[in-house]
Amino acid sequence: MNNGMRPDLEAIVKWVPPGARVLDLGCGDGALLRHLWQERQAPGYGVEIEDQRVVACVANDVNVIQADLDSGLSLFGDRSFDCVILSLTLQAMRHQEAILREMLRVGREAIVSFPNFGHWSARLQVLLGRMPVSATLPYEWYETPNLHHCTVTDFEDLCRKIGIRIGERLVLHGGRPVTVMPNLFGSVAVYRCTAQ
Amino acid sequence: MPSYEIAYETYGTLNAARSNAVLVCHALNASHHVAGFYADDKSNVGWWDNLVGPGKPLDTNRFFVIGSNYLGSCFGSTGPASTNPATGKPWGAEFPVVTVEDWVEAQARLADRLGIERFAAVMGGSLGAMQALQWTLSHPERVRHALVIAAAPKLSAQNIAFNEVARQAIMTDPDFHGGHYYEKGVVPARGLRVARMIGHITYLSNDAMMEKFGRVLRRGALGFDFDVDFEIESYLRYQGEKFSTYFDANTYLRITKALDYFDPAADFGGNLAKALARASAAFLVVSFKSDWRFAPERSREIVRALLDNRRIVSYLEIDAPGGHDAFLLEDARYHAALRAYFANIDL
Repeated sequence: MNNGMRPDLEAIVKWVPPGARVLDLGCGDGALLRHLWQERQAPGYGVEIEDQRVVACVANDVNVIQADLDSGLSLFGDRSFDCVILSLTLQAMRHQEAILREMLRVGREAIVSFPNFGHWSARLQVLLGRMPVSATLPYEWYETPNLHHCTVTDFEDLCRKIGIRIGERLVLHGGRPVTVMPNLFGSVAVYRCTAQ
Repeated sequence: MPSYEIAYETYGTLNAARSNAVLVCHALNASHHVAGFYADDKSNVGWWDNLVGPGKPLDTNRFFVIGSNYLGSCFGSTGPASTNPATGKPWGAEFPVVTVEDWVEAQARLADRLGIERFAAVMGGSLGAMQALQWTLSHPERVRHALVIAAAPKLSAQNIAFNEVARQAIMTDPDFHGGHYYEKGVVPARGLRVARMIGHITYLSNDAMMEKFGRVLRRGALGFDFDVDFEIESYLRYQGEKFSTYFDANTYLRITKALDYFDPAADFGGNLAKALARASAAFLVVSFKSDWRFAPERSREIVRALLDNRRIVSYLEIDAPGGHDAFLLEDARYHAALRAYFANIDL
């Protein structure tokens, strides 16, 4: 899985300590959970809503709970996980504040990745009067599952507003870290957050 | 009871390591006849035949599947219609009220007899799911996987209320004779019919019932009498009539009580997480969105308690229209998940 792995997931895997208890929200077919178990002996659960993906998780032999993230994480007790992961899913949710708070209720640390709407190509497309379409924003406006896009700056503002401490940030483009003007040149952002 | 018999059927072959046994627990009105049909009765197909068999999601080419009939049944195991050795007459009203825990103990003795130390899986739907759950609590070391489908950790007041109406229908039938109707050569058929009609209403979702029957008239026009007007009435009467010809009223009273009494959290101050702390099996919990008898919230109570105990658990909430009966019906997602789950069980 390493070679073809999504760059934000590579960062996430590195941030998960060996043996950590993991909750992966919007876990897809469970590939990340399986990888974390095999590489880091980190046991975990995934949450997924879509039927085919849930079945794929069962086939992948990872624990999956079929549930809608927007209705909260009520099945999970306070502080029951070391890491709660939300990869490229934040922008498709209805209640961003609520899910971030829930993640830090059930987990010690939240790891969040999202497509950066502040990337220059998105800005340029909007400037030219079109909704952006790119490798990280692959959908036309009329078929996108995404509801709430944000930029690196927007996300950090929200964290500040609701009392979330950002421990580490990695902004990427084409799989490589972007250090110069990340909100302009980064297409994906990954954060490690804790409660303040 | 000095002794009892347990009826069972098996499918497939127990492997040399005795590691491929799967116990299938049945629900209220079913039997140990889980799959297949009999050479001399080809129309009598097992109640979970769409799931259990060669090449099916629970593949009998790989697993040794046991269908066990609960104690107190009227399908082969010792029950109220069996002869009480102390009197030489049918047990009738003297047959004890047995519990889900009792059934599990009887099944454990059957497993001993079959030489099965540990089940690869114990599986059931509805009341059968309660047995599967109880297995993980009574004999945690004997269950590797538990498949708990369309379950509830205990009955709600509404569930008990439906059961009580069914019991009252039976017990107030003049042919009931306090449970000693066998000697009189009658059966409380009216009571059984009504009990079954009530049951059927709770097994189907409103949508499924509307889809299947709507307000379609049996006779083309309203009759302005008390004969069957609507198709749904005809269906319920038919189901009730059929049931009253093969099911034993004393058994019905007892299984509904077993359902009412099931509450593993009762000894733990109502704390289900504490009750399930004993369980060590890996779990697959499945519910159906249209099931209002044991709605998904009830399965989520079980999942939550297992998560609190950090148990291995997956949970599926399937958007199937069939109501409580959905666990018996074919659904591609449901069956694909069970197939994948069983395929991952090491032997």
